[in-house]
Amino acid sequence: MARYDRAITVFSPDGHLFQVEYALEAVRKGNAAVGVRGTDTIVLGVEKKSAAKLQDSRSVRKIVNLDNHIALACAGLKADARVLINKARIECQSHRLTVEDPVTVEYITRYIAGLQQKYTQSGGVRPFGLSTLIVGFDPYTGVPSLYQTDPSGTFSAWKANATGRNSNSMREFLEKNYKETSGQETIKLAIRALLEVVESGGKNIEIAVMTKEHGLRQFEEAEIDAIVAEIEAEKAAAEAAKKGTPKET
Amino acid sequence: MMIDMSGLESAPSLLGVNDELSGGFLRAPSFELPSTIDFDGFQKEAKQTLKHAKGTTTLAFIFKEGVMVAADSRASMGGYISSQSVKKIIEINPYMLGTMAGGAADCQFWHRNLGIKCRLHELANKRRISVAGASKLLANILYSYRGMGLSVGTMIAGWDETGPGLYYVDSEGGRLKGTRFSVGSGSPYAYGVLDNGYRYDMSIEEGAELARRAIYHATFRDGASGGVASVYYVGPNGWKKLFGDDVGELHYKYYPVVQGTVEQEMIEVSGA
Repeated sequence: MARYDRAITVFSPDGHLFQVEYALEAVRKGNAAVGVRGTDTIVLGVEKKSAAKLQDSRSVRKIVNLDNHIALACAGLKADARVLINKARIECQSHRLTVEDPVTVEYITRYIAGLQQKYTQSGGVRPFGLSTLIVGFDPYTGVPSLYQTDPSGTFSAWKANATGRNSNSMREFLEKNYKETSGQETIKLAIRALLEVVESGGKNIEIAVMTKEHGLRQFEEAEIDAIVAEIEAEKAAAEAAKKGTPKET
Repeated sequence: MMIDMSGLESAPSLLGVNDELSGGFLRAPSFELPSTIDFDGFQKEAKQTLKHAKGTTTLAFIFKEGVMVAADSRASMGGYISSQSVKKIIEINPYMLGTMAGGAADCQFWHRNLGIKCRLHELANKRRISVAGASKLLANILYSYRGMGLSVGTMIAGWDETGPGLYYVDSEGGRLKGTRFSVGSGSPYAYGVLDNGYRYDMSIEEGAELARRAIYHATFRDGASGGVASVYYVGPNGWKKLFGDDVGELHYKYYPVVQGTVEQEMIEVSGA
């Protein structure tokens, strides 16, 4: 098997592209990221590894804008992310220039996925080691969308998804608890999913919310703490209610 | 000089690692300079030889109900009328029209190419391309061939999500958004009639009649325009051809021959 993972243009005898699979491993070691699509709001959340005391946390934003109406969060190699994000931003502007229209979410996702695929079929390069969650509102129809891409270059649309560390537990939680939400409820669902795998508290979670009117808004630590407190209170109430009913029977 | 076909590619070519950053932009073609003593004079001469005076009349205007597009149908080679039945309104797709002025081959080819690009855009984005976008695609291609002798003076008219759209695009690379345009050697005459009779809130019949009249008057005075006056209307459901009248017959329709007076005079003279 070792002979089939050097130049990644080579398939292994059983049909694997090992470099792509190793890239997926890198993604699995990256920080947790979650995205939830509501009817009028889309929420992106990422796990923030505890910042060093002297580090300026504002310079390590993990949720970024690709255009006024599109945002991206990713899990995996952050340096690769920077390159991909820069190319995507240029493509957003280039599209505006050539067809006088902002990109749709699907278009830019297809572009990013296409880039990731290109690097799995060229000589002398390695794949990008990241999966992205791309969210936005389509310019004319106003429909909210959430897409995910991965190192192999595939992409698909999701109602809610998670990637990175412990993404399986987050996805299970989302599958159990997802329903069509809007506004604050969507934000709470995203945070609850993240809290499944991340230590509770505003300094370990980064949240950004996108709405059609206001674009992308990053939440302050205090705001996140407030919502987390609400969620904990709801959880406690639910626990108490559960404990209460058996006694009555 | 090598003919550059990069305008025919529909997507930036997938090159290797070194070209990534510029991959998003259209790459302008380059060509070798001819080895003459006086390059500027040579360039001027070359431009003159290739400059077809755009012998035609085309016009288009936006009004309350949509876009009206009209053109004549004469093709001339100097003083020789080579055809009286040229289709100068090109159907790019069911909701967009282009007009032809300048080199017939250039207009036909690049409009067809634009139609291909519009269709590819639809397939890729599951949405029709806007008139602004389509005209921009054409303008960018024509700009990249600037100075190489293309002769295209076209108007792109259509209906998209934002309503009626009209753009003028030419082979110098210019692109203008507007509500009233006329292109060709007969355009001054057409503008006179068009600007005089134009009102934004015309009905479709009034608009079509105005367009037809303007083309007729241009063919009357301009030797390089004639044949058939075609009038198309572009509305929310696409384009529809409204008129296709021979301008000779139109002349007698607008100015019928008054019978009788001359013969009476002659009888009187012989009587006296």
